[in-house]
Amino acid sequence: MEVDMLKKVPVHEQDPAARARNFEEVCEGYTKEEAMAEASRCLGCKKPLCVSGCPVSIHIPEFISAAKQGNFEEAARILAESSSLPAVCGRVCPQEKQCESKCIRGIKGEAVSIGKLERFVADWAREHHVDLSKTEPANGKKVAVVGAGPAGLTCAGDLAKKGYDVTIFEALHEPGGVLVYGIPEFRLPKDKVVAEEVENVKKLGVKIETDTIIGKTVTIDELKEKEGFQAFFIGSGAGLPMFMGIPGETASGVFSANEFLTRNNLMKAFREDYDTPIHSGKKVVVVGGGNVAMDAARTALRLGSEVHVVYRRSEKELPARAEEVHHAKEEGIQFDLLRNPVEILTDDKGWVKGIRVIKMELGEPDASGRRKPVPVEGSEYEIECDTVIMSLGTTPNPLIGNTTKGLELNKKKCIVADEEKGQTSREGIFAGGDAVTGAATVILAMGAGKAAARGIDEYLSGK
Amino acid sequence: MFEILKKRKLADKIWLMDIEARRIAEKCLPGEFLIVKIDQEGERIPLTVCDYDREKGTVTIVFQEVGASTYRMADLKEGDFFMDVVGPLGNASDLTKLDPEKLKNMSILYVAGGVGTAPVYPQIKWLKEHGVIADAVEGAKNKDLVIMEDEMRAVLGDHLYMMTDDGSYGHKGMVTEGIKDLVQNQGKHYDICVAIGPMIMMKFVCLLTKELNIPTVVSMNPIMVDGTGMCGACRIHVGDEVKFACVDGPEFDGHLVNFDEAMSRSRMYKTEEGRAFLKIQEGNSHHGGCGECGGDR
Repeated sequence: MEVDMLKKVPVHEQDPAARARNFEEVCEGYTKEEAMAEASRCLGCKKPLCVSGCPVSIHIPEFISAAKQGNFEEAARILAESSSLPAVCGRVCPQEKQCESKCIRGIKGEAVSIGKLERFVADWAREHHVDLSKTEPANGKKVAVVGAGPAGLTCAGDLAKKGYDVTIFEALHEPGGVLVYGIPEFRLPKDKVVAEEVENVKKLGVKIETDTIIGKTVTIDELKEKEGFQAFFIGSGAGLPMFMGIPGETASGVFSANEFLTRNNLMKAFREDYDTPIHSGKKVVVVGGGNVAMDAARTALRLGSEVHVVYRRSEKELPARAEEVHHAKEEGIQFDLLRNPVEILTDDKGWVKGIRVIKMELGEPDASGRRKPVPVEGSEYEIECDTVIMSLGTTPNPLIGNTTKGLELNKKKCIVADEEKGQTSREGIFAGGDAVTGAATVILAMGAGKAAARGIDEYLSGK
Repeated sequence: MFEILKKRKLADKIWLMDIEARRIAEKCLPGEFLIVKIDQEGERIPLTVCDYDREKGTVTIVFQEVGASTYRMADLKEGDFFMDVVGPLGNASDLTKLDPEKLKNMSILYVAGGVGTAPVYPQIKWLKEHGVIADAVEGAKNKDLVIMEDEMRAVLGDHLYMMTDDGSYGHKGMVTEGIKDLVQNQGKHYDICVAIGPMIMMKFVCLLTKELNIPTVVSMNPIMVDGTGMCGACRIHVGDEVKFACVDGPEFDGHLVNFDEAMSRSRMYKTEEGRAFLKIQEGNSHHGGCGECGGDR
């Protein structure tokens, strides 16, 4: 296969018109030949900058080198040393801002497609049933992990590899956290990828108790006193949706992106054989510009709606990954940029009939370094719609903080934990992921889970 | 998996079940709720705790067949399992947090409407265990829809004021008539009223108790998905504030709740649910054309 060293080997994607009407995965991934060809673009740098861009420090040149030679089993082993969820990360990491942003190939041409290679290797290993469950002998020490999302699964996996007896407690009926309730099927297949990655963590000996809400069903202190757990990791995420506080937000037909996506992804409302209903009207307005907003918009589109994204800044400031915005546009999502909602309009039955927005312009840079949007006086107008999805970010769930004595929280209700090892204000309790940082990415949560696993190991082995 | 140890029909389309769920049974208190899910395809159904047995490790739920999942739940038998039962969720009734001495001197009126009688039961039972016999007005559409009278009677004796809309049992009229009779004709004084039932009933009880100057607590049962604060589907206006019934409630000051909005929101999925329900009842024989379900669109 011929390779243009300046360009990524293109990856197959479902045709935009077709995929706008189904929930199958958008990106179809590399073939073996394509993966080997793309791997041959890696320069194998002695001082690999890409690794420094990876929150879990995957040995990138090494795994790509193995892939180049077609030794995918070895490549998978190298990935497994650093990541418990490579098939997930290869799909949802913002590589363009992390590893790939540091790639030397990227100076003159396009960076090596590290993410797509990671995905290929992880998928290959799964399809070829490669056993990666190497663990040290059991040491009999019990660790409880709160939340079976990316942070919790990573922390649990790392500790199990070291011989700890780990139980994850999950509030929902299925493990995966944001990977199952938040990210849609067309970006991250649930049965094929997420369930399999969870299965791999279980193969390491990790037990998962679903339907258990720490702070309600049982508290951390009870687990410690009555059930013999010696250390804890809290990775409960940032699950509470934010709203704007504008009139009409409690009207029928207004949803948080969390509700809309949870109905569709976790409860599988898009499938005929599931009971949970979902409402996606004729014309849907999604408010917000992050990855979650893109997910909600593209889900509504697939449910048959005309979809507009309303965002208060310009395209350049959209926080969503460039790839997601590109895909959304290809599929026919319309972007009403530099607009901010001021009111949701309702009919006499309490249903949404439109949204009143004001035009914005960009002023001076604000604390985030982005230019601050300023309303243009007298520019308000109405957009007709029958569904509004609010995607403005999330905040941590206060349940655990409120029911665990001595656990320090900051002003935003995030758990205070040190970055290096996840240590909280209470001995033996560690935390990481969105519960600590507020809403961030899957890979940062995994990085925090990893760091905390090291912290817990030091804490318990020093005992 | 959570085993159904007991199943009992309370009235047409209304069922009671005892489910084995040890961790929840150990913890739950009156006022809190659970979420049950029948199987992989089932919806998450929030149901207020109706009783619990800490020794046996069981919790009791009462539900009415209203949608696809509850319709299928009615088919479960003793010995069958729910795939998921999670809880306790929400906050326990404020009365359970009061100083017991203060509680003993309180005069409390319960108003229970229809299936709402079930979540009232653990509250009056708990109060009796703490030395308080409340008064209760229990209302139903007609005699056949009266539920849990024996249980209520066992706790309250003649403090139970039974009524039906059509007069086929007990006093005739709406529960508000019962409240008026107790307060205005019998001269009873209440420190607090707790009303649990259909939203329309709670709305009218609150309009009356406001006039009568009785502080009133209601238990809201809006649409929910996760029940832990994540989806925000259950948000309601309480005064000027937006609250999540799942984590801030489910009990609120009834005089501040915006019932009209809550009722409108609770009808949000009517069309979608109707469609799913018809599919179960009629299977593949239903191809739209009924004008209701949109199956032909």
